[in-house]
Amino acid sequence: MSGSVFSRLLATLASGVIFGIGLSLSGMLDPARVRAFLDITRDWNPSLAFVLGGAVAVSALGVLMTRRMQRPLLDDAFHLPANRVIDRRLIIGSAIFGVGWGLVGLCPGPALASLSLGLPATALFVVAMLAGMVLHDRLQRVGPRLQGQGNDRIGLESGRLP
Amino acid sequence: MNEYWNALAGGLLIGLSAAILMVANGRVAGISGIAGRLLQGVQATTGIVFVLGLIAGPVVYRLFAGTWPTVTVTSSWPLLVVGGLLVGFGSRMGSGCTSGHGVVGLARLSRRSIAAVVTFMIAAVVTVYLQGYFQ
Repeated sequence: MSGSVFSRLLATLASGVIFGIGLSLSGMLDPARVRAFLDITRDWNPSLAFVLGGAVAVSALGVLMTRRMQRPLLDDAFHLPANRVIDRRLIIGSAIFGVGWGLVGLCPGPALASLSLGLPATALFVVAMLAGMVLHDRLQRVGPRLQGQGNDRIGLESGRLP
Repeated sequence: MNEYWNALAGGLLIGLSAAILMVANGRVAGISGIAGRLLQGVQATTGIVFVLGLIAGPVVYRLFAGTWPTVTVTSSWPLLVVGGLLVGFGSRMGSGCTSGHGVVGLARLSRRSIAAVVTFMIAAVVTVYLQGYFQ
């Protein structure tokens, strides 16, 4: 094993703190700003596009670095999603997430980070969000067919796309 | 203009955070995935440490900026509950949210993540547009 459990936890902590600082600085913590970013037909505030742009750019540098690495610095192997199929679960789940994100203007990262401000409204949102996660995972365990695992491909397998 | 620079600088930091987790630990900085696994008791220590760091972020920000970041919540309490449930359920069903699919997935040029980001952006924009007529 390259790198101890402790060193990996330290990297995890650094990543979490920097993520939280970035969210705070960027304006993503403010649901009103997020909703103004999404409100493209009225009083559009496009500034938050720079958050995603900047984040993807640096994240892509990290991805490029890993392309030259046999394994991550502190672990024996990369732990990356292997699923490459665009299925109904992905699309419907993302749509449901998008509706919730639009309704309130909070997504999971900013919602959790804003807990430090001790606002009852965001705390309530977090409780509901965690309940939604548990509800999904329970349903998935009870009825995999309900969630349509394995037999609901739309036909957009990555290898066949032009 | 300042808000654009802050947005860019904040974005660069978020990207740095994702790059650290990817290069050091070989893992995706996806908040809904980390939180969801934590709730299942999977990789619980990693999850707790990341979430505590995330929550500490605004506190560190305050040390430098002198003020808390702005958080303006205008939603009613029932709306907060409905929105939270949808965000939690949908991000688990869709295997990711703004961070996992947006920041990391797009950087990896994952077709699943591109599809997810396009879908949730459209859904969010349409939701905000429609909400304008019911308020």
